Amino acid sequence: MHIVDGALSAPVVITGAVLAAAGIGLGLRRMPMEKIPAAGVLSATFFVASLVHVPIGPSSVHLILNGLAGLVLGWAAFPALFVGLLLQAVFFGFGGLTVLGVNTVNIALPAVIVGWVCRPAIAASSPKVAAIWGAIGGALAIALTTLLVGIALAASGSQFVAAAKLVFFAHIPVMVIEAALTGAAVLLARRVKPELFDALGPAPREA
Amino acid sequence: MTQSVESVPGLLDATGGSVVAGRDARLRILAAAVFAVVVVSLSGAAALGLALAGAFTVAVLARLPVVRTLKRVITMDGFIVVMLAMLPFTVPGEPVFHLLGFAATREGFLQALTIGVKANAIVLMALALLGSMEAVLLARALRALLVPERLVHLVLFTVRYVDVLDREQRRLRIAMKARGFRPKTSWHTYRTFGYLVGMLLVRALERSERIFGAMKCRGFAGRLHLEATWCWSAADVSFALAGIALVSTMAALEILHVAG
Repeated sequence: MHIVDGALSAPVVITGAVLAAAGIGLGLRRMPMEKIPAAGVLSATFFVASLVHVPIGPSSVHLILNGLAGLVLGWAAFPALFVGLLLQAVFFGFGGLTVLGVNTVNIALPAVIVGWVCRPAIAASSPKVAAIWGAIGGALAIALTTLLVGIALAASGSQFVAAAKLVFFAHIPVMVIEAALTGAAVLLARRVKPELFDALGPAPREA
Repeated sequence: MTQSVESVPGLLDATGGSVVAGRDARLRILAAAVFAVVVVSLSGAAALGLALAGAFTVAVLARLPVVRTLKRVITMDGFIVVMLAMLPFTVPGEPVFHLLGFAATREGFLQALTIGVKANAIVLMALALLGSMEAVLLARALRALLVPERLVHLVLFTVRYVDVLDREQRRLRIAMKARGFRPKTSWHTYRTFGYLVGMLLVRALERSERIFGAMKCRGFAGRLHLEATWCWSAADVSFALAGIALVSTMAALEILHVAG
């Protein structure tokens, strides 16, 4: 769900850039230097995974997996997904340059929220229960992303409201697919390498 | 036979070469950023036409592969295409024709066209100026432009491992195919892709532990060498002047359009 250059109003673009800069700053601050290799390799993994197309009926969709990114990376999802979007814009022409901030917030903020809501449960419960939380996180992240895309469009002009609503409903199948995939990925990772969900240091657990 | 995994071209390999590839990397990043900011604020047809023509010229100079670039530039997210297609029906104005009882307006068409031109001009310019850059050079230039060091480190690690992990993904896909997996619209397919992603993450994390071990063994203490000596050539100066001329002409045309 990459918004392109030229569609959004200046206040929306600027707000997106400021929020993205704050999120990236927070994410970097919470990432100790010795975790940079892990964050970089995981960020590359999400970049590669987002190029995988899965069939849906006669068509196919590419994966976003920002829910899973939030579960694994926490706040580091902000810089990691920003780097992914930057490389996609520069080398593949996906999205745009001025909208990098907005696109980063749209993808990374849901990731951080999912990480914050679902990660404690995934770390604490049995692999099967963790998979259910993973599925919830996968669907929730896409729902929040479409919502944020809709807000960015609607705030740029009332002519986009119809498209914003359509985006949400058109992504319901994507939510289902991402839920199934994230659940399965969490199930496998919890069985094989549970420390994946704590890869970037202990998550702050205020609860 | 499928192509050997090791011979697959890298995802982030620089495309094209030539006049543009030789220019100062910091200059190219700044030029792409200024171009993007100016183009999104344009509204007049003449200025937008010039923006598209300018981007096209730089793309030709950068010797971007024509077919692949066109595909990349025109490919937009499905939802953006839908959004643009809906604009004629949602922007109020003078109706041109009716479809199923909905009026399509001239203003709506113009707005959709404007967004399309802006988006394509900026993407084309970005591919020409930045996509033709070695990814590691991009990271160093970002550091020279005062992007935080940790973020640049993250870019470097990501760039380095994108192709490694892409090949890993291809190997796993071949293994799946060898066991008779064929993607369909089914729970089995989605679960299998989920396991594929999970396995990629597990392997990635284990790989990062080995990488960090190897780095520590070579005395890594939290810093990577990012300094580079930058020197401007006469060609860089003329490139910068040409860029300033293009952007100022676009701005002048826009001011004439708004005033007139």
